[in-house]
Amino acid sequence: MKTKKMSLEDLKKKLEEYSAELPKSVIARLEEKLSEIVDRLKVSDVEKIINEVIKQYREALIEPGEAVGTISAQSIGEPGTQMTLRTFHFAGVRELNVTLGLPRLIEILDAKRAPSTPLMRIELDEKTKYDKAKAEELARKIQHVTIENVTSSISIDFGQQIILLQLDEELMRDKRLTLDMVINALSKHKIGVIESVIERVEETSEGKKKKIIEITIAMPEGIEATKLVKLRQKILSIKLKGIKGLKRVVVKEVSKEGETYYYLEVEGSNLQGILNNLDELEGIDPTRIMTNNIHEIAAVLGIEAARTAIINEVMSVLREQGLDVDIRHVMLVADLMTMTGKVRQIGRHGISGEKASVLARAAFEVTTKHLLEASARGEEDPLAGVIENVVVGQLIPIGSGMVELRIKRGGE
Amino acid sequence: MLIPQKKVKAISFGLLSPDVIRKISVGSIITPDTYEEDGTPIDTGPMSLRLGTIDPTQKCKTCGNRVGQCPGHFGHIELAKPVIHVGFVKIIYQLLQATCCKCGRLLLPQKEIDKIRRLMKERPRIWAIIKSKVVTKVLKKAMKAMECPHCGEKQIKVRLERPTTFYERTKSGERRITPDIVRARLEKIPDEDYEVMGFNPKTSRPEWMVLTVLLVPPVTVRPSITLESGLRSEDDLTHKIVDIIRINERLKEQIDMGAPMAIIEELWDLLQYHVTTYFDNEVSGIPPARHRSGRVLRTLAQRLKGKEGRFRSSLSGKRVDFSARTVISPDPNLSINEVGVPIEIAKILTVPEKVTPWNIDELRELIIRGPYEYPGANYIVRPDGRRIDLRYVKDRKAVAETLTFGYIVERHVRNGDIALFNRQPSLHRMSIMAHKVKVLPYKTFRLNLCVCPPYNADFDGDEMNLHIPQSEEARAEAMTLMLVEQQILSPRYGGPIIGGTQDYILGAYLLSQKNTLLTKEEVQRLLFLADVADFPEPAILKPKRLWTGKQVISALLPKGLNYTLRASACRKCGECKKFECPYDAYVVVANGELVAGVIDKKSIGAGEPESLLHRIIKDFGINVGSWFLDHAFKVFLNYTFLHGFTMNLDDVLLPLEVLQEIQKRLREAEAKVWELIEKYKRGELEQMPGKTLEETLETLIHEVLSNARDNVGKMAANYLKASSQALMMARSGSRGSMLNLTQMAATVGQQTVRGERILRGYFERALPHFKKGDLGAAARGFVYSSFKRGLTPIEFFFHAMGGREGLVDTAVRTSQSGYMQRRLINALQDLHVEYDGTVRTADNRIVQLNYGEDGVDPSKSDHGKAVNIDKTIEKVLGVAALK
Repeated sequence: MKTKKMSLEDLKKKLEEYSAELPKSVIARLEEKLSEIVDRLKVSDVEKIINEVIKQYREALIEPGEAVGTISAQSIGEPGTQMTLRTFHFAGVRELNVTLGLPRLIEILDAKRAPSTPLMRIELDEKTKYDKAKAEELARKIQHVTIENVTSSISIDFGQQIILLQLDEELMRDKRLTLDMVINALSKHKIGVIESVIERVEETSEGKKKKIIEITIAMPEGIEATKLVKLRQKILSIKLKGIKGLKRVVVKEVSKEGETYYYLEVEGSNLQGILNNLDELEGIDPTRIMTNNIHEIAAVLGIEAARTAIINEVMSVLREQGLDVDIRHVMLVADLMTMTGKVRQIGRHGISGEKASVLARAAFEVTTKHLLEASARGEEDPLAGVIENVVVGQLIPIGSGMVELRIKRGGE
Repeated sequence: MLIPQKKVKAISFGLLSPDVIRKISVGSIITPDTYEEDGTPIDTGPMSLRLGTIDPTQKCKTCGNRVGQCPGHFGHIELAKPVIHVGFVKIIYQLLQATCCKCGRLLLPQKEIDKIRRLMKERPRIWAIIKSKVVTKVLKKAMKAMECPHCGEKQIKVRLERPTTFYERTKSGERRITPDIVRARLEKIPDEDYEVMGFNPKTSRPEWMVLTVLLVPPVTVRPSITLESGLRSEDDLTHKIVDIIRINERLKEQIDMGAPMAIIEELWDLLQYHVTTYFDNEVSGIPPARHRSGRVLRTLAQRLKGKEGRFRSSLSGKRVDFSARTVISPDPNLSINEVGVPIEIAKILTVPEKVTPWNIDELRELIIRGPYEYPGANYIVRPDGRRIDLRYVKDRKAVAETLTFGYIVERHVRNGDIALFNRQPSLHRMSIMAHKVKVLPYKTFRLNLCVCPPYNADFDGDEMNLHIPQSEEARAEAMTLMLVEQQILSPRYGGPIIGGTQDYILGAYLLSQKNTLLTKEEVQRLLFLADVADFPEPAILKPKRLWTGKQVISALLPKGLNYTLRASACRKCGECKKFECPYDAYVVVANGELVAGVIDKKSIGAGEPESLLHRIIKDFGINVGSWFLDHAFKVFLNYTFLHGFTMNLDDVLLPLEVLQEIQKRLREAEAKVWELIEKYKRGELEQMPGKTLEETLETLIHEVLSNARDNVGKMAANYLKASSQALMMARSGSRGSMLNLTQMAATVGQQTVRGERILRGYFERALPHFKKGDLGAAARGFVYSSFKRGLTPIEFFFHAMGGREGLVDTAVRTSQSGYMQRRLINALQDLHVEYDGTVRTADNRIVQLNYGEDGVDPSKSDHGKAVNIDKTIEKVLGVAALK
């Protein structure tokens, strides 16, 4: 009997031949599984297996007309009832709270401008990721620090028209800031003249000694009191270092397979800011920065990236709640949201509001507005969708209603 | 049933011109009263018989038909002075701003107008896409123009005072633009410019938005109701129309009399108010019109709007015949494809059956039996469409004799008829499935317990709806697409959503225990239930012939089934001992033999993908799968009956020493909490990054207490009686969890509100029994007692607080997720797969080039995977090849 054995290369070549008939994911899995047992395989076996796989794949294909939209909507909406509204469960010690569960899901589908808890995860490159000290240094570099963060008190003297700033030396040391840097930042802004800088040591109530730096800023003559208050706010928000929006940076540790590496978790999000300052931020892996702000991703990385982000975000919300939903449903929603090149909302101001059908829009929300507008403009409803035809009382043009076949009675 | 041959292709919207209104009107309505003294409708009043009739004794004066036949006819009111239509105020305002007040041209240079018109004419498809954007730009730009580029007139700013008054700002101050001036200005806008602003002059001229003639809807739209006292109560719309006529007539009089302008204007404003509220009674800026009783009137816009409005309530959802609703109850002896229908209901619901040579005798018998005797018939439909109601037929035998081919008999539903069964809320497609009718005594719908999960049904008083499809097409579709067995695999995750719950799982678990040994009689009884004829050889011959429970299960499994999995009884030990598993949680099925392992939730539970049940359905098809659900599951359930099962207090009873130990450990935890508090007070607590000191303390206390409960729970589980039935339920996954057991046997643990330990009600304390600022475990809602021992009053109160939050949370969540789902459905419902495999919207735009990137239907997938490659290799090469 002729039994030709197979080599790994032969297998790969063989699988290559079928790339038109099977999707990549199936071929990849087939290759992985078959290469495990390749030394025991005959050529005929492989062919038999592939043909069987093709047969099964074809059986699993979606049928034309299937109302995939409704199925996806149901598959995402139905588990919504099972989701917890708030997450009470503290999984270990969590430094940052994140919106999760139903509120987050609604937020994503609403295509809100910014998430209620913006968050970034910044991975470090191969050189730095094992070095905790370097990670911490990077964290300090990107964290947004303003005067407010290093000030222990600020007061306005309306009589003398000065603002008195008391800096906390300890906080400054923690942020790796020197007095010069603070003064430098202050003098860059139009806020008045720095009159004096006094350093003195004070004794706290517990008997500890504390170094305090007092900065006096003289205001221009004849300034109004209300302006003075505004100016105080301006001084407090003067940036000392870091990237805008990144309120807090935490170094996180991951131990996997005996290796320990670090990454940065950031409260606040500013993807563009980090990418603009990559030169100063050596050690950050620019290809592996994650943010949960979908609009930001759309603006910086493009609509395809936003689509992926929507899929990832929705899937992680569902997974976190222990709900099993097929990724195809989420992909469909993400594709619909992003198909025009912009992130559109699932709802009145997005997809539903842009439908061609007057009746479909009227049946959803703000009924009268759509009807009045349609009649003023002389619109025409093509009755191509589902709801319109339900309203009119006809078969819907989807699924078994899409088929246009009729039996000819008494023909030849 | 006839399939409609005519189809509405499109609906075009537009405005009615005064001429059209007069043409479709049957007459002018001028009398502000409804009925004469003697009760006959006034001919020129709003209830005129010319507008149709709602009185069964009257004939319509226009068409001569009676109630059902007369569709109703429109009338009209000639308004003495023009009035602005509230709905179009915004558009009118825009038009006034964007056009010249003198010549009526669009305030844009002719060149630009020509450019847009050219695009419109030459590139209609592109125009259709960019129309809305161009139009907003045109309007924006035109509104900014100070001077007319056509006639050079300086433009005067127009101001709108909501809801319907326009002013213009001249040098000498503000001057009101009355509706007739507004109308005159709109008239001047040429069609060409009107088109550029995105309107269609063929269907709507701008001046039609200022009403000179008002259409009066037919009486059928606003029927009056006669109360028991004989008094007539008119519809809200009629009231409003009466108001309009009254003011209109008065205004007319005053104008004819040459009354001073002030009086006329006052009446004019009043007319405007009535017309405005006639269209929309919720316009901001004016008080809503009220009924004499003070109730706000429900006028045109209110009839259409909102959840109870025409669109969502009457057009998107419709009431149907041939439906029934009653309480549901379980019946494990029914197939999953069946539904038990009470005889009383079966006598009301009918199926139309055409008379043919093959069924004429049978149908005659049904007719003779009539509508009140079970299998009977309620109606006969003759080929000319006449219906014979069998309730009023004296001699049914004679009628039965007249039956010939082509007649339709509406007979009672009977066994085997197809029915759609539904439970609200219909959250997914498995909420409506087709069942075969099984007519049964008593008054509830009955269903197999395995179909509870997709409906999310239980039997604490749930009701469900039943519909009988009436056409052959509908029945065929229901049978092939909606039958329960077609829906076993959920499209949500590609696994079985129908499967075992509660007693089924428990029965299988008990039956598959290693020590389950059955006598011949028992095995016979069980296998007989499943219709299995192959009797296995006994596992033990002496002293008595005995069979193991696993043998019984093996007899039910299809031959050729191979499978391994970890049961839910698995304790997730570090290294799996496989066949030596002390809990028998390593399940192995080889060629349809259950070699090892217990069958529990992971194997046959509902909603468990990659389970034994899933494997059977995937490898052997839906038929074998539904056979398994119908027959094997009956065996599992009956084994619980055979075995007997109950739960008692002893199940959660722990030995005294253990209880003492538990209390000791809880006290230790409490001590640790105090320690933390002390540390916090001394200021020695190390702050966690990103948290305040107080939050850090709370987190640490939380951790200590929840660890304590976990430890105690584990201990409790170890010391519970081995025979504890409650434990068995938790292990097999049939009901309850280890946490429930811990709470019953050992301690209930920390109660929380909003994820935090309880602190509300009093200042700095939860109850007056504690000191202010007490941070200890007991003061902040830690429940030391177990449910078995009973809670102290204070603990009980804390527990109730936590419990209440849960209830509130569920109530809030359902409304939120309901709205989310409504929006999702609305946005996605038109998406469908085309013949070329793409996913498209209603207007044929492509959303995906290949559905889900691989074109695989999730409900046909193997838990999301297109093809289960392991299984395929196994199928081709045999099991041995993989070892």
